[in-house]
Amino acid sequence: MTQDGGLQTDKILLAHGEGGKRTRDLVGSVVARHFANPVLAPFFDSGLLGRIEGEIAFTTDGYVVTPAFFPGGDIGRLAVCGTVNDLAVCGARALAISCGLVLEEGLPIETLERALSAMRSAAEEAGVFIACGDTKVVEKGKGDGIFITTAGLGVAVDGWKPSPEAVRPGDRILLTGTMGDHQVAVLIARQGLSLSAPVLSDVAPLGGLLLPVLERFGGKVRFQRDPTRGGVGVTLNEMAAAANARIVLEEERLPVRESVRGVCEILGFDPLYLANEGKAVMIVDGPAAGEVLAALREHPLGREAAMIGEVQERAPGVHMRTLAGGLRAVDYPVGDQLPRIC
Amino acid sequence: MRFIDDFRDPAAARALVGRILKDAGDAPMRLMEVCGTHTVAIGRAGIRNLLSGAVTLVSGPGCPVCVTPDGYIDAAIALGRMPGVRLASFGDMLRVPGRSSSLEKERGKGLDVRVVYSPMDAVAMAAAAPERETVFLGVGFETTAPAVAGAIRAASERGLENFSVLSSVRTIPGAMAVLAEDPDVRIEGFLCPAHVSTVIGTDAYLPLASTYRIPCVVAGFEPLDILLGISMLLRQKKEGAARVENEYSRGATPAGNRKAQALLREVFSPCDTGWRGIGVIPGSGLRIADRYAAFDAEKKHGVPVVFTAETKGCRCGDVLKGKIFPAECPLFGKACVPEEPVGPCMVSGEGTCAAYYKYGSGSR
Repeated sequence: MTQDGGLQTDKILLAHGEGGKRTRDLVGSVVARHFANPVLAPFFDSGLLGRIEGEIAFTTDGYVVTPAFFPGGDIGRLAVCGTVNDLAVCGARALAISCGLVLEEGLPIETLERALSAMRSAAEEAGVFIACGDTKVVEKGKGDGIFITTAGLGVAVDGWKPSPEAVRPGDRILLTGTMGDHQVAVLIARQGLSLSAPVLSDVAPLGGLLLPVLERFGGKVRFQRDPTRGGVGVTLNEMAAAANARIVLEEERLPVRESVRGVCEILGFDPLYLANEGKAVMIVDGPAAGEVLAALREHPLGREAAMIGEVQERAPGVHMRTLAGGLRAVDYPVGDQLPRIC
Repeated sequence: MRFIDDFRDPAAARALVGRILKDAGDAPMRLMEVCGTHTVAIGRAGIRNLLSGAVTLVSGPGCPVCVTPDGYIDAAIALGRMPGVRLASFGDMLRVPGRSSSLEKERGKGLDVRVVYSPMDAVAMAAAAPERETVFLGVGFETTAPAVAGAIRAASERGLENFSVLSSVRTIPGAMAVLAEDPDVRIEGFLCPAHVSTVIGTDAYLPLASTYRIPCVVAGFEPLDILLGISMLLRQKKEGAARVENEYSRGATPAGNRKAQALLREVFSPCDTGWRGIGVIPGSGLRIADRYAAFDAEKKHGVPVVFTAETKGCRCGDVLKGKIFPAECPLFGKACVPEEPVGPCMVSGEGTCAAYYKYGSGSR
């Protein structure tokens, strides 16, 4: 039985997705309880947001991570943070997000409650509300417990927009914290590995870290991305291509947690290619980079921010100065990625 | 992590690089890193271009996937097509091209191929499915060989009648001797593999050093191991010496792992075997000994591995022998890339071409 008893079942049934009374019960007694806010409350077919001033940013993402609950986070927190962060790296403060749930028949309602509760706390942390939603149920065996899609609407910081064309030699590469925490946390949860030091996913909303920096430094921050799937290695290759910039990284300066490095050594992963869910990579004007770094480090999510490299010339590509002092290419990885990490 | 960081220390690396550049002669010393793990570590640390001018590092045949001849893949596919047979293999064998197909392509058409991480996993698979024959594709060098031997012995002790091994186990020193003799390769020093040497012992290279007057240094796989190993080889050249030295003293001993050697002697017998790109090298293979013939898939199922001379098109053979660098092959990076490999050197993560493609030279 659920806590309120209104559903008379402790598992998701196909009927919960059929649009009838069961759907109303589920939305009314479970979803509404977690997401209560004035825009969602009337349960119209759209959330009415009213007049919005400024440049609008709009994004969407789907979340299929397995397992749905992992050290440091879960699919609900990920669904909010992922979308908020896609807005934040484009310079937009998240205003409202949607929540599409695809549930598998037989999912314990308690599991759904945990995911929704995590969505609500992440939304509160990010200063955003859930303005609209949808719930579908698929037959047992046709899904994997719970999938979530979110779309997000945000308003851009005045006067700032991503400008890869402004990147020039001498610009610096900043990373807001350690690499690979999210993917290693999911991997450990999936494989049931036990480690002496736990690794927690870094999943967190980045608006509070990034937007004040953009407001303060404006165009000195050329553009930024969140290094999710494919990690910093792939993200930087994409950024280098977009900016026609040859980026050279310093291996010595790459921030990686000791425990994550240990897992990488054992399993043969390169932290450069591991996914993050609470980090940003920025290309910043060279002379201003020190001040931007200091500003990032003042925020709890940016304590371990580092200057990891620089733009050397106008030609695409990513290279790395290694610990041994050599120079080598940092290419796109082929084939050895771990599926379903977000 | 301390024991890893110690071998990656940037200040120590700078000091070693300085020593290597100082010891370098007029012409670069031509060194072969025999093992694929060294090739990858050298690429990853960017050592090749760091030392250019002082040493020329050519990559050797030490990637088991790369030197496995296409006739082996053909035999594996033929076995897999037999009714009731299931294949168990290490993952990187799947994409290696045979003459007409690969295990991966055949799996797409319904061949039952399972990827395992240890030969013992294949024994467990056989025990769990007594109605099927499980054939393990036993590919590897001396590092892997004891695990394959252990699996065969375990299957024998458990009386498993539905388990066999298609052996393509090879030993390294014989191949090194062939390369030492080859005037086209012109090796002036061998950087010998770390893990293989923990099994066979560093004394295994003594005949090589004395017969061919080539310095040999066994080195670990971390950047400082490699730099120190190279420095030791340069010093030998300077002295005009040809000794076997051991940089990897934390893992390898002169005599090696006697227990593993005894197991290999029990389960395998030396045989002549064909290496892709190199040819047949006398005594460089390990076939399953008569005592364990019941587990020899070639005999049990009457599917022999036929060694054929060469794969058409690609120049993996010359790459494996260190005669050319990957970029000198007309297919490298064009028709042959990791997503669509033509030759085996681009397939395995430890393949020479794959390592060169992935880490580039710093200028690509």
